[in-house]
Amino acid sequence: MGENVQHLSFLQDNGGKKGILAWITTTDHKRIGLLYFYSLTVFFLMGVVLGILMRLELMNPGKDLVEPQTYNSLFTLHGVIMIFLFVIPGIPAVFGNIALPLLLGARDVAFPKLNLLSWYLYILGALMALSTLLFGNAPDTGWTFYAPYSVRTGTNVTMAVLAAFILGFSSILTGLNFIVTIHRMRAPGMTWFRMPLFSWALYATAWIQLLATPVVGITLLMIAVERMLGIGLFDPSLGGDPILYQHLFWIYSHPAVYIMILPGMGVISEMIPVFARRRIFGYKAIAYSSLAIAFIGYFVWGHHMFTSGMSGPARVIFSLLTFLVAVPSAIKVFNWVATLYGGSIDLKPPLLYALGFIFLFLIGGLTGLVNGALAADVHIHDTYFVVGHFHYVMFGGTGFAFFAALHYWFPKVYGKMYNVKHATRAFWVLFTGFNILYFPMLVVGMMGMPRRYYDYLPQFHIPNLISTFGSWIVVSGLIYMIVVLIQGYRKGTPAGKNPWGGLTLDWQTDSPPITENFVELPIVTEGPYEYK
Amino acid sequence: MNTNNSPSAHVHRDDEAQKMGMWFFLFTELLLFGGLFLVYSIYRFKNPDAFAHGAKELNVVLGAINTIVLLTSSLTAALSITAIQKGQKKLALGLVLFTIFCALIFLVNKYFEWGHKFEIGIYPGSDLLRAIPRGEALFFVLYYFMTGLHAIHVIVGAIILGFMARYIQTGLINSDYYVLLENGALYWHLVDLIWIFLFPLLYLIH
Repeated sequence: MGENVQHLSFLQDNGGKKGILAWITTTDHKRIGLLYFYSLTVFFLMGVVLGILMRLELMNPGKDLVEPQTYNSLFTLHGVIMIFLFVIPGIPAVFGNIALPLLLGARDVAFPKLNLLSWYLYILGALMALSTLLFGNAPDTGWTFYAPYSVRTGTNVTMAVLAAFILGFSSILTGLNFIVTIHRMRAPGMTWFRMPLFSWALYATAWIQLLATPVVGITLLMIAVERMLGIGLFDPSLGGDPILYQHLFWIYSHPAVYIMILPGMGVISEMIPVFARRRIFGYKAIAYSSLAIAFIGYFVWGHHMFTSGMSGPARVIFSLLTFLVAVPSAIKVFNWVATLYGGSIDLKPPLLYALGFIFLFLIGGLTGLVNGALAADVHIHDTYFVVGHFHYVMFGGTGFAFFAALHYWFPKVYGKMYNVKHATRAFWVLFTGFNILYFPMLVVGMMGMPRRYYDYLPQFHIPNLISTFGSWIVVSGLIYMIVVLIQGYRKGTPAGKNPWGGLTLDWQTDSPPITENFVELPIVTEGPYEYK
Repeated sequence: MNTNNSPSAHVHRDDEAQKMGMWFFLFTELLLFGGLFLVYSIYRFKNPDAFAHGAKELNVVLGAINTIVLLTSSLTAALSITAIQKGQKKLALGLVLFTIFCALIFLVNKYFEWGHKFEIGIYPGSDLLRAIPRGEALFFVLYYFMTGLHAIHVIVGAIILGFMARYIQTGLINSDYYVLLENGALYWHLVDLIWIFLFPLLYLIH
């Protein structure tokens, strides 16, 4: 043994188990990350299919493809799948699991078994949510399950909210695991301010997961209990208060928006210095702004309810806080751009996706401020403007950050490099299609087209036609990207330890990393982006 | 050759992390009940008289007995940790078993309390609950929801303590390694703590 010992990569090391068992009973954080990745991809593609069906229905005014009731179920399940199964777990569960211990110089997360349990809960919740497609009538409430309709509808809402409850539990356990990991497992010499910025983002995210998720958990449980026992917690005819439901729901679900976007921002902070070959500008500002977003994010939920009955002063305060939460986001964007300035930029696919993120997030963020302004919101509330806005943030932001992370860590995880030229082209197809798909929504929303209808007035036809056309380009881009990555997995050239020239610890170990990551735990003596 | 360098030989033990994880989990439990407390306070604010009237229906004596039972059980849970620290395995085991016994007493009491309510027609969805004023019905709905969710936590806590008892027996928990017992007891204290709030909110405020 000694120096000649052959360490197996985590992809090969089955720990004495066979076949699929070696995967579904693993406690290796990288394998669990991949388990999440594969399952998440399947659910994401299902969500895409539902979205495409909606776009097809909306291609022309009148009924094209599906019944109105089917359309209601389509947007509900599209929302439930994309939010609860893809965007919320997305980056933390996949790339947090894979990269966090590597970035910290740790052998695994603090609670490896709990980590596996989170994945099982995720799968259980996912199966419960998807079962509503097959059994009973698919829910038709929208992913927000607003009472009292969610209490009265005959569709299978109970199963869907219980699924969301279980998924929330999975999310809590992941967050808990990451917080303890970051507190206790950093390599010797890695002080808080020598941590890579992705860990900071995950840290802030984990606190939101921990402190906000239980509130929606109990709220959804109340919906389920109300439906099963016929009691009146939120149904006004039984003495309940439906506005209270909205408050409770958004107390979680607005912070949840930051669960979705913060890890994405962390990914971008990781990439910009690597591909600009430059020390990150404003390390502490970026780190603290993650915490600031997490903190202020708790106090802005009311901006979802400007039109549903709230006192004037309350609306003004919520609007003000909404503007405040945009400040730390802007701090990040300025710091990224400042880092790029004067750097020797290497326009590889991960950076392209990162730049795509900045561009799209900028549109998403600024349209968010339009929604946050009281007077404007009264006009655009529940219109396609809102739909366009959050797709720019969720897909253009989190989605593109997810793809950036995928292209960034792909060679680390599989040890092989995809075809960079084709990956770049796939990015441009996706990026172009994205804007053709979603920008018309902002326009048609301003014109007054309401969301969540299967039909619309003739004057909205052209933007909807363009949007549907864009959805086909997006799907082509996605397929292109997936084919390039699968080809890379099968026939890619060996990537080597550090194909991008990163300085963080993940690039110092083998690709793919060995089980338990490092032969000897590294000792850290400086910050993560000290490009000379 | 140093076997510590081989990843597979690496054993990681960090009691501090285990306890930290438990505390964070307890935060989430508090917030889970926090949602219910919020709903309770808002509906109480909206229907003060109905809530006061509803609270008079509850059996303060049974509630008080259960409070004493839970407080005692928290004490014995804490004592069991001290016992295991001092290496007194049998005493620790006895104290944990006594804690579980208290949990059972609590549940039996709860059973009689709920049973009586069911007999007189106060249960979710009953005709009586549909007939009485809405505010009062909300009180009973919340009563069942909150004490019911709490009872589930009592059961889970008792099961956790059951595992602790087993681990003390097998020696997995010993005077050198007792963080599991500490965490189990922490969970039990949470169950106790929630009840400390539920009791006055539901039974005492008239």
